[in-house]
Amino acid sequence: MKVLCGIGGSDDSIRALERTVDRAAVAGDDLTVAVVENPDSAAEIEEITRRAEEAIADAGIDAEVRHLEGDPGSRLVDVAEREGFDEIVLGGGQTSPMGKITIGPIAEFVLLNSMTSVTLVR
Amino acid sequence: MNDRRYPEAAVDRFEPPPIAFADREGREVEIRAYDGTEETDEALVSMYTAFDPSDRAQGIPPGGEKRVREWLEAILTDDCLNVVAWCDGEVAGHATLVPDDDAYELAIFVHQTYQEAGIGTRLISGLLGHGQAEGVEKVWLTVERWNRAAVSLYEKIGFETSNAESFELEMALRLNESADGESSDGESDDRE
Repeated sequence: MKVLCGIGGSDDSIRALERTVDRAAVAGDDLTVAVVENPDSAAEIEEITRRAEEAIADAGIDAEVRHLEGDPGSRLVDVAEREGFDEIVLGGGQTSPMGKITIGPIAEFVLLNSMTSVTLVR
Repeated sequence: MNDRRYPEAAVDRFEPPPIAFADREGREVEIRAYDGTEETDEALVSMYTAFDPSDRAQGIPPGGEKRVREWLEAILTDDCLNVVAWCDGEVAGHATLVPDDDAYELAIFVHQTYQEAGIGTRLISGLLGHGQAEGVEKVWLTVERWNRAAVSLYEKIGFETSNAESFELEMALRLNESADGESSDGESDDRE
């Protein structure tokens, strides 16, 4: 399966990265990791890219890490549709102090706009 | 999450628990502050494991006893404020304030057997009375925007919409005037 994993540096996106890389190693997915600019995350693009490359190397798979500039949600949907991806994988949201699940604006945009299947990693 | 807007004026005083009353079905109900006993913890676990999952809100209460216990453990700590509605020795409802930086997040659950009997209004009033007595200043919550009954209850209590741009509606309330004078109490309150 051709998988596009979008990460912006939030904790839930790092969990999504790890899960997707692990799955790709077992299932033989054709994985691309897209590093996006999440305004809600303090992490630097270079740092996130390095983490993605490390995770890929640790899993012993071959995957591209790409930087997507501009609005994260629309760029992910656009790349997935134009380049024939089968699935977009994203972090499944943060939880409030109470434990309530909250979906961020990137996931919300992708869910409502993507013609490609979307997986939110919990 | 930190640029949340709160009403300028604090709400009126709420009566702190214990509060005893008869609900609209004539059942004797008492609202009491959480006492930290094992009996209360087990009664809460029973209420939540029997909770109808169609009334879940953003993943809580979670499903299954193990997840219920983990979740309760996190919100029944000393820094959270909890009140319980008791009826006939069992938990009819539970409301909680969980600290979040300089504010508290609120949630309230009434078991299906006890819904639509006026318990929710008394329970949230009791929780806010407890919070006022403990010096809590700011409270916020999220609610599904289709949940009209809940939204109108929160509005009646004094919550105002603080963010309408997400999946869930976010509402906020000022419970006590802030100690550093952040709230402007000199202005007249012209809402309603």
